[in-house]
Parts: sequence; structure tokens; C-alpha cells
Amino acid sequence: MDGEFVNKIKELSGENPQLCYQCGMCSGNCPAASHMDFSPRQVIELARLGLHEELVSSKTVWVCASCMACMVDCPRGFDLSKLMEAIRLLALRKRADHVKPEDVPVEERADLPQIAMVGGLRKFTG
Amino acid sequence: MDTMKLAYYPGCTLKTKAANLEEPALASLEALGFRLDEIDRWNCCGAVYSLADDDLIHQVAPVRNLIRARQQGNDRVVILCSFCLNALKRANLLMKGDAEKRDTLNRFMDEEPEYTGEVRVLHLLEVLRDDIGWETLSKKVKQPLRGLKLAPYYGCTLLRPREVAIDNVENPSVMQDFLAALGATPVEFPESTRCCGSYQVVGNPGDIPGYARDILRSAGRRGAEGLVLTCPLCDYDLGKGQQELVKKEGFPGMPLFYFTQLLALALGLDPAVCRFDLNFGDPEAFLQEKGVISAEPTPQKTGGKA
Repeated sequence: MDGEFVNKIKELSGENPQLCYQCGMCSGNCPAASHMDFSPRQVIELARLGLHEELVSSKTVWVCASCMACMVDCPRGFDLSKLMEAIRLLALRKRADHVKPEDVPVEERADLPQIAMVGGLRKFTG
Repeated sequence: MDTMKLAYYPGCTLKTKAANLEEPALASLEALGFRLDEIDRWNCCGAVYSLADDDLIHQVAPVRNLIRARQQGNDRVVILCSFCLNALKRANLLMKGDAEKRDTLNRFMDEEPEYTGEVRVLHLLEVLRDDIGWETLSKKVKQPLRGLKLAPYYGCTLLRPREVAIDNVENPSVMQDFLAALGATPVEFPESTRCCGSYQVVGNPGDIPGYARDILRSAGRRGAEGLVLTCPLCDYDLGKGQQELVKKEGFPGMPLFYFTQLLALALGLDPAVCRFDLNFGDPEAFLQEKGVISAEPTPQKTGGKA
């Protein structure tokens, strides 16, 4: 149990993971769930247990597209998109970029709409 | 108040990749009698709204655009890009509702006039629905899109989170009503608000065809002949994803339209303003087959992405 980690993600997300009663509505609604190792519901449980290592090494927060399908139907009003962002930022703010801009193929860089490049690099680099 | 004057925020993608979203919109709004006042010195909105509670610096860019709109004497700004709409609308809500963060941001931007969220941020579909109304719009239609079975695809950012939604989050109807006003047949399908994969095209591009498969196949099963979009990133992900499905899975292909292209066609404007050369899924061939446009090639018809 990493109490400091729990406090930090509460501070960054502005959300209280203790609200969650693990109904799984978020996982059922998530269009990216099939690409994840931990489901959205599990991410909340791991976060409030302070299981830092499991979360930062998991794929889940990096395949989340912040589409907010989880939060609009959450019966507890919990905004999971903010928790996902907090976990990403804890890694990214230590300069551990998840995507290197130079690794995006040159032809794709020219082809991608600006909102994809700006949005993607905001989510995947520190 | 001059109700037909609106501040206009274009955003980066519309001025480059998505001319086929912007150009038909500007021509249509002019035909409908609106005067658009493009914001001087607009800047990138940052594309995604910052979700971290301590991250105020990324709110500066969207808020500056709202201040510019106000400085030009506008109390409403219209936006076409779904990403920009979401970023500006959420930043505006922050400035309106969070006194502490508002003060910090206002102090940081001490060269700007104080801003407290006065500008109303609107999507073009809201303007068409609330300023013009579907009945009036349908009377302005010169070329009804009869016989076109089109599925509206909302994606995420027009509807989520709830506090910025342009319509009912669970059961939106604004695009169906819009299509019906133009004379088309709207086709509803359950994946119309499901994410296209968004910026994951940068981080995990291999996942994108899977997102496209769920959306396109579902619309096709319900009889849609084309998909109607509002967002340049939905267009890219569904367009690129579709190319993979056509190549590897024998997917028959589905034309992708921006809603503004259909508006321009229905208002009887020159199809050249639609910039179909920038579309995925060859909508021109489909429109010719349906008799909406003539078989004469438009001048820009080169280097299509179909």
C-alpha cells in the first residue's frame, strides 16, 4: 500500500476513488476494454489500494482514449477519465514519455489531423 | 443584438486537413444569412481539455480564444470542430464556475481583460437547431437529399461530458433531425456515440481498424449507405480504419460525409464547395449514383483518398 501514491492521484484527479462500489458499468461501456490488461473497474480498485507498480506498468491507462463513456453512466458520479489522466501524468511528469514524437512515421505525421497530433502528444508525452 | 452575427473559431485542423468540413459550412452560413466574424489572432485550443486538477497552464490557450471573441464584441462563438468545441466549452465552464482557478488564470494573463466565462460556445448544429429551426431550414432546402439513407455518427466530444453536451447524452437526436430537415432518411444505430479510437491513432494505431469495424459494420447492418460525421479525427480514424477493413476483410466500403457537405448540397450550392476530393469512401460516386450531383467531375477531383 503506497499511501503517498493514493494521495497524489486524489490530488491530481480531484476525484475520490472511495466513491466507487465496483458495479462495473465503466468496464461494460468502455470501447477500449478489449485492449486493456486491467479493466476500468479494476483500475479504480488498484488505485485505492495504492498498488502503484501494477498501475504504472499496466497497458490500460495508455489505451484509454478519454472518450468518457465510463463517466457519463457512472451511478456514483465518479470521473474515471480524470483518474486515468492522473496515473498517466505521474509517469509523464518524470520525463518517461510513452510515445516518442520522432517514432511516429514521417508520412503519418504529414497525414494525421492536427487534433490527433496535438491531442496524442499531450496524452503520451511529458 | 445582431442575431445573425456570430464569432467564428476555426481551429488548426479546419484550416489544413479538414477544408471539406469548413468550406461547405462557410458557404452554407452565408447562404442562410449569417455573418461570421472569424476571431483575429486565434490560437490552437490544445485539442484535448486538461483533466488534471493542478494543470492550469493548458487552460490558457482555450481561454485566450474566448477573450478574443469577446474583444471583437461577440457574446457567442460558433465552432465546427468537435475537439475544439469540447476544449473551449469546458474551459469556459471552468472560468464561469471555479472562482479560485479563474482568479489564478486571470492574474496569469494580466495583459488581457478580466474574463469570467461570458461568451456562449456553440456548435453549428446548435445554431441550426436553435437559431434557425428545422422547419425553417427544411423550407430553405433547394435540393432535398431524398433516398439517401444516412447514419449520424456523433462520436464523443459533442456529447461528453454531460455538462457540455449539445443534446441528450444517451439518446441524441440533433443529427437525425438535421438529416430529416435536408430530406434524407436518418438511420439510427447503437454505436453512434461510441468512440472511434480518437488520439489512440498516435499511440496504438493498430487498434484503430477494430474501432472502425464495430461502428461501420453496425451502421451497415441497419441499412445505412453512408456515415455522417462532425469531427476530423473521427473522419481520419474511420477513414483509415475502413481502408484496412476493405483490404483485409472484404468490407464493401462506406462513404463518409461531413454534415456541412450535406447542408451545402441540400441548399443547392455548387458541389465544388464540398471539397469531396478530401473525403474517404468516395462519396462523389455515391452521390452521382443517387442523382444528387451530376457525373461531371468537379475541378478538385484529384488525389482522392478513397
